[in-house]
Amino acid sequence: MTERRTKTIKTDALARVEGEGAMLVRIAGGEVEEVKLNIYEPPRFFEAFLRGRGFTEVPDITARICGICPVAYQMSSVTAMEMACGVEVTGQLQALRRLLYCGEWIESHALHVFMLHAPDFLGYPSAIELARDHPDVVTSALELKKTGNELMTVVGGREVHPINVKVGGWYRAPRKRELAALVPGLERAREIALQAVQITAGFDFPDYEQDYELVALDHPGEYPIDRGRIVSNRGLDIAVQEYDEHFAEEHVEWSNALHSQVIARGSYLCGPLARFALAADRLSPVARDAAKEVGLEPSERNPFRSIVVRSVEIVYAADEALRLIADYEEPDAPSIAVEPRAGVGYGCTEAPRGILYHRYEIDAEGAILDAKIVPPTSQNQRTIEEDLRGVVERSLDIPDDALAILCEQTIRNYDPCISCATHFLTLDIQRS
Amino acid sequence: MVCVGNRLRGDDAAGLEVARHLRGTLPAGVEITEREGEPTALIGGWEGVDALWVVDAVSSRSATGTVHRLDATDRALPPDPFRASTHHVSLAETVELARALGRLPAQTVVYGIEGGSFAVGEPLTPSVAAAAVAVAAAVRAEVAQYTREA
Repeated sequence: MTERRTKTIKTDALARVEGEGAMLVRIAGGEVEEVKLNIYEPPRFFEAFLRGRGFTEVPDITARICGICPVAYQMSSVTAMEMACGVEVTGQLQALRRLLYCGEWIESHALHVFMLHAPDFLGYPSAIELARDHPDVVTSALELKKTGNELMTVVGGREVHPINVKVGGWYRAPRKRELAALVPGLERAREIALQAVQITAGFDFPDYEQDYELVALDHPGEYPIDRGRIVSNRGLDIAVQEYDEHFAEEHVEWSNALHSQVIARGSYLCGPLARFALAADRLSPVARDAAKEVGLEPSERNPFRSIVVRSVEIVYAADEALRLIADYEEPDAPSIAVEPRAGVGYGCTEAPRGILYHRYEIDAEGAILDAKIVPPTSQNQRTIEEDLRGVVERSLDIPDDALAILCEQTIRNYDPCISCATHFLTLDIQRS
Repeated sequence: MVCVGNRLRGDDAAGLEVARHLRGTLPAGVEITEREGEPTALIGGWEGVDALWVVDAVSSRSATGTVHRLDATDRALPPDPFRASTHHVSLAETVELARALGRLPAQTVVYGIEGGSFAVGEPLTPSVAAAAVAVAAAVRAEVAQYTREA
């Protein structure tokens, strides 16, 4: 008879993940029996809260779902509302949206690369200990974030939860000279990010790959940020309004967040690794060269290397912001008129951590009848669980405390913003 | 004066409520910053600052509306109470990060107001609203004393 030993490892908090939740890994007889990412807070409060509110309120309300990626919520929501009302924001008004989004990518990616994920690879429990030994690394992160903040302030009206975004465009369009003042900071950010690509590419990465279905936006000639069709490496190619026909959300009993999947196929991955795999050829030359120099290829499927891709995306965001500023012409008006009409609108944009889908139904007066929001972390959740299973299966012989750290590091590959879907997180590994 | 919170998450707005009470009542030279998101970027603004007061909602299983006053000048903040806020890196970690980088102001005081409900769209719990008034008064007094002694 096989001897079965029982052991439980429990970590009460999964640090360095936006928001909190819980994770359980159960190992029995030398095999991974169960992996569950468990989320406590019911995720749909904001959807309920939006019902009955006016269609113009949506960017300011949804921005507060997340303190890390408010712009993503604003952009998906306003594009959805504009579709519902039968208008489209184009030209410089659209370019300004992409510019604001670049600020968020810089801020969010800098926080994750330097302060949340780098400590894993450098053997530090957190950025605080990292800062004591390598203050230059954390100072670089703060410098990048400052640049992102300045961009958010000039275009968005303030550095967090921008107040300048409206359905139809902007309350105020920035002056050319205001944007020109951002150029030196963005050039410096691009330099720091180029160094980050080199540094992160030199980390030791666990030997792990998966054959993911990779999902990202696709717009001709553009690296995916603020618009496009939804495509995958397995042939998916749909308009945003077809999302609900191709993706399903499943309620699992251990989690309050819904798990997304491609109908009839299963889990998928969105975020930096997917964007890079599907659109690396549309990066700017400087970002593309930075990736090439460290041997990063679109065929990359090791999720731990997503930290390198994020660094490349900071290079791109700084570079793209500089391009948008160079091309900027002040628009005649900061917004176009938008009149409500009864209908349904869909919006999908690339939050730093993956595609963020919104759907709204409004009545003829513009009151919201129904809202659906699918954050990227819900979409990646099944894949995170599958990665955890795969990583633990390959690491059963390492000590439990090291395994717990490896599990946390695996989750952080996805830069999960669990507070977008939820709130609290703890980690529980059980061996039997 | 840094006030942290999310005004759509019930008692998480406590810090922002303190800012509302303080506006227009502090002497010249005292800057009030409201922060609704991730707080680490605040560190950049602490260079050259002599004294810092920070207010955020906390969750530490105390009675709702309890006011915690923590002098972070010489002692590390306990990391847990601030974890419940919707931002990450937490406020406590941000203060400790600034300390590690040598950027923490010479005097740093953190006020935590114990929240009861962080539900979406809910108003402040009455005891939290009262605590915000009390914290604003306490900060006003501390700032006045600091200004006199400086």
